[in-house]
Amino acid sequence: MELSGGHILVQCLKDEGVEFIFGYPGGSVLHIYDAIFQQDDVKHILVRHEQGATHSADAYARATGKTGVVLVTSGPGATNAVTGIATAYMDSIPMVIISGQVPSPVIGSDAFQEVDTVGITRPCVKHNFLVKDVNDIAETMKKAFYLASTGRPGPVLVDIPKDITDPNIKVPYKYPKKVHMRSYNPVVVGHKGQIKRAVEVMLSAQRPVIYSGGGVILGEGHKELTELTQMLGFPITNTLMGLGGYPATDKQFLGMLGMHGTYEANMAMHESDVILAVGARFDDRVTGKLAEFCPYAKIIHIDVDPSSISKTVRVDIPIVGEVKPVLEQMIELVKESKLKPSKPALEAWWQLIESWREVKCLEYDRGSLIIKPQFVIEQLYEVTNGDAYITSDVGQHQMYAAQYYHFDKPRRWINSGGLGTMGFGLPAAIGVKLAFPDADVACVTGEASIQMCIQELSTALQYNTPVKIINLNNRYMGMVRQWQEFSYQSRYSQSYMDTIPEFVKLAEAYGHVGIRVEKPADVRPALEEAFALKDRTVFLDFITDRTENVYPMIEAGKGHHDMKLRVAPGTPLNRELS
Amino acid sequence: MRHIISILIENESGALSRVSGLFSARGYNIESLTVAPTEDTSLSRMTLVTRGNDEVIEQITKQLNKLIDVVKLIDLADAPHIERELMLVKIKTTHDSREEVKRMTDIFRGKIIDATASSFVVEMTGHSSKLDAFIHGFDEGSIIEVVRSGPTGISRGEKGLHL
Ligand SMILES: Cc1cc2nc3c(=O)[nH]c(=O)nc-3n(C[C@H](O)[C@H](O)[C@H](O)COP(=O)(O)OP(=O)(O)OC[C@H]3O[C@@H](n4cnc5c(N)ncnc54)[C@H](O)[C@@H]3O)c2cc1C
Ligand SMILES: Cc1ncc(C[n+]2csc(CCOP(=O)(O)OP(=O)(O)O)c2C)c(N)n1
Ligand SMILES: [Mg+2]
Repeated sequence: MELSGGHILVQCLKDEGVEFIFGYPGGSVLHIYDAIFQQDDVKHILVRHEQGATHSADAYARATGKTGVVLVTSGPGATNAVTGIATAYMDSIPMVIISGQVPSPVIGSDAFQEVDTVGITRPCVKHNFLVKDVNDIAETMKKAFYLASTGRPGPVLVDIPKDITDPNIKVPYKYPKKVHMRSYNPVVVGHKGQIKRAVEVMLSAQRPVIYSGGGVILGEGHKELTELTQMLGFPITNTLMGLGGYPATDKQFLGMLGMHGTYEANMAMHESDVILAVGARFDDRVTGKLAEFCPYAKIIHIDVDPSSISKTVRVDIPIVGEVKPVLEQMIELVKESKLKPSKPALEAWWQLIESWREVKCLEYDRGSLIIKPQFVIEQLYEVTNGDAYITSDVGQHQMYAAQYYHFDKPRRWINSGGLGTMGFGLPAAIGVKLAFPDADVACVTGEASIQMCIQELSTALQYNTPVKIINLNNRYMGMVRQWQEFSYQSRYSQSYMDTIPEFVKLAEAYGHVGIRVEKPADVRPALEEAFALKDRTVFLDFITDRTENVYPMIEAGKGHHDMKLRVAPGTPLNRELS
Repeated sequence: MRHIISILIENESGALSRVSGLFSARGYNIESLTVAPTEDTSLSRMTLVTRGNDEVIEQITKQLNKLIDVVKLIDLADAPHIERELMLVKIKTTHDSREEVKRMTDIFRGKIIDATASSFVVEMTGHSSKLDAFIHGFDEGSIIEVVRSGPTGISRGEKGLHL
């Protein structure tokens, strides 16, 4: 079969089983767009800004486990995509980005819409390619998908000069079944001896904790993690990225750990003698002050990326491998072992943990006459039976969603953790809804974040992706304001917008339903109404308490045991901001 | 501590910038970096000299290995090895100093490869510390120009860095 470069590219996507491609046209990709026009297998989703394309593709990947695909033009198309590429990179999301480039002969001449896309994206991709020959497209695409989805996943960019997709140059096409790269051989199964040592240490622990992260979601290890945890009877905590990797409603679950983690999770980490870290990367939001991190613990770490191990925290037993096979190996060894976890030790440990749980660190003023953001999330949880896909933007609302929506399943919690990209939530919700048209999809956001990719409301109408936008409108960049309150004596520098759009009208202008909710009593009915409108995108504008802060909080430079808790019970929670 | 990392990397355009970009992005220091093709034209060999404590060097080697184009690497400092650097030095000479420069060059087993009435160019290879010592043997005013290749190295014994 002889095809031109543009057709080859589209055929590669078909052969790769790609369902959606999120993109935006422009000069250097016109040949590719012409090939897209001439087929229906790969559906193109026309976004309103390239950042939206990257977040939609990224969230599609997070929700399905497949690789997200993006197509952008050269120059501004590519630079607009960079934020989304970096977002995917920081959270290890499999994504392939195809960018147009100016024709090969003019590369380097400051041609119209020329930027060095390979250079600009190099630090925020797993790998990138510049295609120099139409005969190389198929193999390069195969490599791109292979690299993006194996080992530690990540975005891979393929930059294609316009002349390479010239419709008049046709070459034979064959999509390779397999690729081999001598320089890339990710480890899958772990080292047997290390796993055996790890199991011995775990079985003789007195105060063990399992700390699991995004790697469990990415590597589909949730079943094995759950089985191992329940076999051992150990307490377990998840990172922000790991939520859903272990059922949050289970009694062994301590909640999230880290900066805004629960009191019990952080205290357990601090007091533990053995930590099993599974697909988590000891991020600074998790560890707090490194010198005070888990002072008594032996640390076992399973990670597919050797560079995640002992990067910030020195690990005692490193295990390089994929979570799923390694956990399977562990389960086998625990079953075979004569050594059993010490019952009395675990009982005493759980008693201590229960005493921390009694602090009830997530309690808030339920009698408030102003809508509390936590209350909205709790109601959202109930109305959706805890079974919705929740995407989020970045800020206080993101933390409330993580704390009060209890994720029992993986891939339901979709947020930007590593880069913390405001603007992620709405395009992400669209990507998820395209993947699962029958599921409930909600985007938890704030009045500042939502404005960063608000234009995607238009995409949501065009492709009929009825998502529910839960805007926790506190009329502040709440997360910034909170830091300013704690660390800058309440000097609220630029964390307040004097003008905020009328979101109801805005939603209507985009062809959707808008509902403003001002009273706690109206929260539940509004949510029910919104989710009953199955085929409409609904923008719920909840006017929430602007003084609310996220607790608990480990402030910068503090250790896990040094948490700032909500005001002691009995003190009025309704306060004025000075 | 000083480490010499030898890298076999795919001979692709941009491979060098992936390595140098990694060092600047992660704040590691590079003392020197040399690159040249190998007998296998699809591969280049880089020799990189860096400094850091064990933890930093461990991260550097892991991060380098993570680069998709890197095929293999070794830290030469882990085992007995030989290192050599090439230097070309242009030295100002006077009637009185010419003999002394020649003598020094002989002692250090260098070669004079160009001469004018008032200058010599000396070629010398050796361990970087030997080259340092040679230069320190002259007063600053007499050195016109120094060009050094940066060290390259190879491990001792029969094992080699191959595919
Ligand atoms: C406002 C804000 C507040 C935040 N507060 C918190 C907080 O309180 N608590 C918190 O936890 N985070 C918080 N974060 C998120 C934080 O910044 C990090 O993104 C997060 O902690 C990283 O999660 P992780 O360790 O699970 O790693 P991820 O980024 O999910 O990385 C996954 C790890 O697993 C490995 N891996 C991937 N696939 C596999 C596989 N198949 N097998 C084995 N290993 C694999 C990877 O190599 C990597 O090391 C916050 C973010 C924001 C924006
Ligand atoms: C693109 C981007 N710019 C700036 C920030 C820094 N930042 C983090 S949270 C936040 C405020 C978010 O405000 P809002 O969306 O209203 O959420 P709230 O915290 O009020 O719930 C800002 C500005 C960021 N994370 N992303
Ligand atoms: Mg806000």
